[in-house]
Amino acid sequence: MKKIHLQPIEGNSTGYMGLIALLGAFVLGALGATYYMEHNGHWVTGMDNQVVWGMPHVFAVFLIVAASGALNVASISSVFNKKVYKPLAPLSTLVALALLMGGLMILVLDLGRPDRLIVAMTYYNFKSIFAWNMILYNGFFVIVGIYAWFMLDRTMKQYSRYAGIAAFVWRLALTTGTGSIFGFLVARTGYDMAMMAPMFIIMSFSFGLAIFILVLLASYNWTGRELGDAIVLRLRKLLGVFVMAVLYFVIVYHISNLYATEHHGFEKFMLLGENGGEKYSNIFWIGQILLGSLVPLAMIYAPAVAKCRRTLAVACGLVVFGGLAQMYTIIIGGQAYPLDIFPGMEVLESSFNDGMVSQYSASLPEIMLGLGGFAVSLIVIALGVKVMGFLPATLADSVADPHAKAE
Amino acid sequence: MKNNETVNISRRSFVGKSATAAAALTIAPGVFLNQVQAKPAADKVTSANRWGMLIDTAKCASGCTSCVNACHTENGIESHDRPLTDQQWIRKVKLKDKQTNHVISLPMMCQHCENPPCADVCPTGASFKREDGIVLVDRHICIGCRYCMMACPYKARSFAHEAVDNKVDFQPRGKGTVESCTMCVHRVDEDRIPACVEACTDAEHGAMIFGDLKDPNSEISKELVKHGGKQIRADLGLNTGVRYRGI
Repeated sequence: MKKIHLQPIEGNSTGYMGLIALLGAFVLGALGATYYMEHNGHWVTGMDNQVVWGMPHVFAVFLIVAASGALNVASISSVFNKKVYKPLAPLSTLVALALLMGGLMILVLDLGRPDRLIVAMTYYNFKSIFAWNMILYNGFFVIVGIYAWFMLDRTMKQYSRYAGIAAFVWRLALTTGTGSIFGFLVARTGYDMAMMAPMFIIMSFSFGLAIFILVLLASYNWTGRELGDAIVLRLRKLLGVFVMAVLYFVIVYHISNLYATEHHGFEKFMLLGENGGEKYSNIFWIGQILLGSLVPLAMIYAPAVAKCRRTLAVACGLVVFGGLAQMYTIIIGGQAYPLDIFPGMEVLESSFNDGMVSQYSASLPEIMLGLGGFAVSLIVIALGVKVMGFLPATLADSVADPHAKAE
Repeated sequence: MKNNETVNISRRSFVGKSATAAAALTIAPGVFLNQVQAKPAADKVTSANRWGMLIDTAKCASGCTSCVNACHTENGIESHDRPLTDQQWIRKVKLKDKQTNHVISLPMMCQHCENPPCADVCPTGASFKREDGIVLVDRHICIGCRYCMMACPYKARSFAHEAVDNKVDFQPRGKGTVESCTMCVHRVDEDRIPACVEACTDAEHGAMIFGDLKDPNSEISKELVKHGGKQIRADLGLNTGVRYRGI
């Protein structure tokens, strides 16, 4: 393998400036939306006392999960010692850190009291998985940051493998923690399942890799650098495997739920759209399964477009869309389905909508906050590749993998 | 030059001592304030008591909202005519048994669990259980993450979705934090009964009994021994402090 030269992008073209300005506008929009929501209180959002986590959480949890997955490439290179992925490992850490930053920004700005962030950092209830997550998120920044430093600093390079292993273990813990936020909620029919943790891990592989491929394709395309098929085809196949793995977990999740009679109501709600679940079953079947999984799989594996970059980019975009749809069905659908407070009873009257499906619909400020989180992540990536050499100057096949067979 | 240095050192030490004195003066009132308590120190809250309620659904009148009104008046809870986002510490629910068609009415509020899921999941420890079994939210360290609302099996908690205008002295409340029934802890600490229970008695329904579950001679304990009382969602193993008869 030839020596890989990491080189910052120039980042002074009109296109680059335009991109930063556009993303900046989204960030400003998110800040404005936050001010509006915090000033008036959360009643101006679609959230209420039943659906307490709304659209901001859909975006935030998606980005946090994807952050862990964006580290895939670095992990494969360091932990499993696959040389072909080595040149892209630094970029992988940058994307991971950027996505986590965006996700956490949304999460914090959606708090009832974001001004009390310091309280969240100083008061810990160690029984709470949420408190653990704060440690896991902060630790992720430190460990992945050190990992990136070791890879980029020639004098520290010899230790990068160990940092990579630490980051790999940490990211698995992080996604386990995120999945467990939902897995430990005994009272909610759609959540109470230990399988949430491994399912979130596999979701992270898929969502994170999809975003990573999009970043890779865009940055090489826009800077006119050479990106050979050797690396792209590998990533494409890997994404296909991850999308299938997520599908497998989704199937097992619903089959496990169907096994328990007490969960049948929820499954009819989610899968068949009964009892007011039409919206969620539509998002599940059309958004998550069809557009988010089956169509991208077809695009990834169809021989006719096997090398088409545009098809791959669209497939990645659909995986991201499907991931958001999946988060929506898990987070919103799980709350919209009523708590079974009085088993065997029908609620005739209640001032608090007991026993009724919540009619949540996301408000514009919530969506703007979510998109702002995405924008923050992308700005961090765009600035990162300009300030430091995260991107290899070329990833032509002869450089990336001289032994790759010409297909 | 040497003189100058001497002057500077003594000046520094003067500034340092002044700062210490100022800090002491600032902190001192806080230290003394902390010693002021609602109850005399001798009557510390201990696990010798476990406060609870027994609700007899046969006596709870359908359509009567005395308990709800009393709670709202006592704790300064105001409706903004937005039931989905209004705070509701206690609510009336009318239920029909799907098998027998038997209809009952009951007040629903925080069940003051022995093992409260809200306190388990709270990242900062703002949700907590007092030694005497009353589950509360410390609204000074609640960050408004709403995870407790996700975890509560009884939908007993409300988020302050908008500014709280009507504040009562003993109840620090504010926009962006989570609230729920406090079992009128301020009254309990003065050996009085919760407002809802008082209102139910005043309305001559007598559907609610408040008392110490650990005191075998309390009315609630005697009633529970004689007639029993069920927990809502007993299958979750939370050992609720609020028990119901007729569910």
